[in-house]
Amino acid sequence: MTSLLCSPVYSADSHTNDYQSLSKQRREELHNLLLQDCGSCHGMTMKGGLGPALTPDALSNKSRQMIEATILYGRPGTPMPPWNTLLTKEEVRWLVDTLYSGIAP
Amino acid sequence: MNIMPKVFLGCSFSLLAACTSLRGTGDLGVVIERGSGSVQIVETSNITALSQIDGLGDLSHASVVYSRDERYAYIFGRDGGLTKIDILTAKITKRIIQAGNSIGGAISQDGKLVAVSNYKPGGVKVFDSNRLELLADIPATYADGKQKSKVVGLVDAPGQRFVFSLYDAGEIWLADLSHGTPEITRFKNIGKQPYDGLITPDGRYYIAGLFGEDGLAVLDLWHPEQGVKRILNNYGRGSKKMPVYKMPHLEGWAMTEDYAFLPAVGRNEVLVVNRRNWKQVASIPVHGQPVFVMARPDGRQVWVNFAHPRNDTVQVIDTERLQVEKILKPGKAVLHMEFTPRGEHVWISARDAGKVTVYDTESFNVIKTVPMAKPSGIFFTNRAHRTGL
Repeated sequence: MTSLLCSPVYSADSHTNDYQSLSKQRREELHNLLLQDCGSCHGMTMKGGLGPALTPDALSNKSRQMIEATILYGRPGTPMPPWNTLLTKEEVRWLVDTLYSGIAP
Repeated sequence: MNIMPKVFLGCSFSLLAACTSLRGTGDLGVVIERGSGSVQIVETSNITALSQIDGLGDLSHASVVYSRDERYAYIFGRDGGLTKIDILTAKITKRIIQAGNSIGGAISQDGKLVAVSNYKPGGVKVFDSNRLELLADIPATYADGKQKSKVVGLVDAPGQRFVFSLYDAGEIWLADLSHGTPEITRFKNIGKQPYDGLITPDGRYYIAGLFGEDGLAVLDLWHPEQGVKRILNNYGRGSKKMPVYKMPHLEGWAMTEDYAFLPAVGRNEVLVVNRRNWKQVASIPVHGQPVFVMARPDGRQVWVNFAHPRNDTVQVIDTERLQVEKILKPGKAVLHMEFTPRGEHVWISARDAGKVTVYDTESFNVIKTVPMAKPSGIFFTNRAHRTGL
């Protein structure tokens, strides 16, 4: 949690270059993960299900750091699991950016 | 490995229909293609995809029930869509959007009512199965009566009843529709966050899985006056609260004569439970977190698939030795399995591999693969005559 709290606040486009280590193939895998696996609870259109909606509208009043932390560490008391053993922080940032800009199937 | 071209089959099927050749539907089924909002109508005698129907919306958690004549499939979509499909003519008979967000459905004992469980607005809606006209709206209100709970684990029960669980409220409701308007019996404080439910194949016991605490809630439908009881108090995530990457599906619980086989929550185990007293008999170590744990119709084997990220594998458990006897790799993202009615074959969908693989359940040989777009749930028409499916 410490590293998360110390991480800088970034805007939607300030860290685009961070993704250079993410290959095209990995991005396609992440896109599929977001639609299909996250979509199992949040819907394939991200309009929600057992989990809340993750459309750009729904996220507009939420902090990016909070969303990243939720993906990395899960949300206790809900079915949202921690993904930090399966995804890197960079991959989570890519997912969050994709959510904020709206994911196209 | 014989892959038949879809277009040719689609034509041959509609030609058959056009020529009014008679055929039964007992060897037909529907496979959900969740990526494209479409379904494939399939036929299990020769293992072919007959026809594709699209325009079914968000099928990210879709399920299917059948009319008792096995001609019509009712498809429940994530986006509140309820679609009735004629699987003989491969046409949409009727499609409605009945809610904002839904999770599943059920068909009544007499086949005349179709019920849908909704997240938004939380509750159950009941339609006549013929024309999909709304007959009853059951809002899942709780607490101050203003909030509505997400509804999960909706099943049909004997006596024109439906049973379901309120995720946010921690309640089980029994809705009796035998007199037209629903008569509701509420069971409160059944446990935190029931996330799915099942009814035993005889229609007697309704069992809800709890995400918010350990144990399971059981309602004996022969004796609802006795209320909801708890079983398997060590069943769940335990004090460590293991991360769960995909919720186990209780509908798939395997029942053999003596045992029930349950997916452990968050653990790489299948639990074996004595059906008479609900005491745990064994736990079988498996490849990953189990999602579906399904018995072959004769109960001799139990087939298991797994949660992300270990979801490229299926394991087969020998129900006498209580051990894994076979490991299969049907492809990336195995989502569902369905046995042919008497169990000689099993159809397995691998979402990211884009195919359904059909295995011989004795030799474990691949009989055939059928290409599909992101296939998920597989539903054969013999479900029409089984309580809870």
